[in-house]
Amino acid sequence: MRFMYIVTSAHPGPPTPELLEAMHKLAQREIKAGRMLDNGGLMPLAMGAQVRIKGGQLSVVDGPFVETKEVIGGYAIFELRDKEEALASAKEFMQLHKDLMPGWEGTCELRMFAGP
Amino acid sequence: MTAADVHRAILAAWRIEQPWLITSLARMLRDVSLAEELTQDALLAALENWPATGVPEKPGAWLMTTAKRRALDHLRRDRMLERKHEMVAREMETEQQTMPDLDSALDDDIGDELLRLIFTACHPLLPREARAALALRMICGLTTEEIARAFLVPATTIAQRIVRAKRTLSESGLTYETPSGEQLSERLSSVLEVVYLVFNEGYTAARGNDWLRPQLCDEALRMGRVLTAIAPHEPEAHGLLALMELNASRTGARTDAAGEPILLLDQDRALWDQFQIRQGMRALQRAHELGGAGGFYALQAAIVACHAEATRPADTDWSRIAGLYAELMMIANSPIIELNRAVAIGMAEGAEAALAIVDGLVQKSDLKGYHLLPSVRGDLLYRLGRFGEARAAFEAAAALAGNKREHDLLARRAAEAARAAMSSQFSPPV
Repeated sequence: MRFMYIVTSAHPGPPTPELLEAMHKLAQREIKAGRMLDNGGLMPLAMGAQVRIKGGQLSVVDGPFVETKEVIGGYAIFELRDKEEALASAKEFMQLHKDLMPGWEGTCELRMFAGP
Repeated sequence: MTAADVHRAILAAWRIEQPWLITSLARMLRDVSLAEELTQDALLAALENWPATGVPEKPGAWLMTTAKRRALDHLRRDRMLERKHEMVAREMETEQQTMPDLDSALDDDIGDELLRLIFTACHPLLPREARAALALRMICGLTTEEIARAFLVPATTIAQRIVRAKRTLSESGLTYETPSGEQLSERLSSVLEVVYLVFNEGYTAARGNDWLRPQLCDEALRMGRVLTAIAPHEPEAHGLLALMELNASRTGARTDAAGEPILLLDQDRALWDQFQIRQGMRALQRAHELGGAGGFYALQAAIVACHAEATRPADTDWSRIAGLYAELMMIANSPIIELNRAVAIGMAEGAEAALAIVDGLVQKSDLKGYHLLPSVRGDLLYRLGRFGEARAAFEAAAALAGNKREHDLLARRAAEAARAAMSSQFSPPV
């Protein structure tokens, strides 16, 4: 079963070097375990943009994004046996944040891929 | 949470940690069989304790500590290994002083350790079935019961295979190390063979009611990904992964609602998994970049890639496929590959050219009992309008088919050829 992990947080700023290193190690380990297929961190929304359709109108919103509270900070794609495994591995990932970046708050959302 | 939910959560937490438990213990003990047993013991310990205490905050660290403690007990009991024990005890002390959960589990050389383990589990000294069972147990963390269910054999059979294989390993006095130099390629091909065996067992499901047993395919794919991650410079590891990814990408299209097989050219290509196709194409490209385009697995992957890249069956590059089969023939001379080449020639150049190759194969008797030879021949004869001969070929093929679904399909084609033969007697050829 393929899962996408989407990490969202209202926490501004980049992760601490300790957390960054631990996440890097975990990613390397999960790739070697044949479980992680892809992952990446995302730059703040201010450096990107939004293309929206509202009321039949297409518009480009290029900031400032004052209304956005929680932003997606990163994602990962995993191939795992079941949802239990996905939960166990997401908990492990979030535990790193708890240990190495005290005060950080956020969510790791697990989404199962739809079949083709 | 029901007891079953708790059990599943514990099993999942253990599985996430299993590769690191077994590699750490193997490094400590220099004995993969024992390492594997103690890794399973750690699961049993978790199943005993966690339903009462709840799953700990860091299940990985708990399991690792438990497993290492047992390994240490084992070393203590064994006075012959006194020196090793001291060394390990010192190592453990240092680890506990630093960060026990991260330091050992997230070790940098974990890939080398895992590779050593895979080379041992898939040692050419062991029979193929034993290698497959050991690999599923040690690398994928499947239980004996799960392996037995996947291979449709009794659990006692798998248990015996594993016990015998472990005995062979410990009696052989093998050194626990990664082979190098000339030995490496021989040992690597033994590993790849096992992974492909597991994949095919799931993909073609020679026995049982299911046409596919996707779990075995998934486990083989996982092993393939492990290999490409820890032995990234081996082109054939990438070639095999590409072959498996590309074949597995069609899983959703290979059977109809009733579970009946749908042949490649009749499949709904919208159901092919494009994500997996991309993964496969990337692995194939990597094999090519490493200079492995002519490898046994890379060539087969390139053939499957021709199908994966064709949006419609009519877009298939059959001449390229025929050329790839010809290349494959050069490294693995097999009448089955030649038969496949004939099918591709039949699509690229026409039935006449293909029939010449197939008739050549009929002359040699290597494929005498193989139903697909008369089946392919019947199809070519039918396309050439030689219906009477086509009927005889399909009947011969049906008689040889081992599987009922295939038998029925071939019998239907024989009847169809017979009808065509009748009507062609009464109408002038066009």
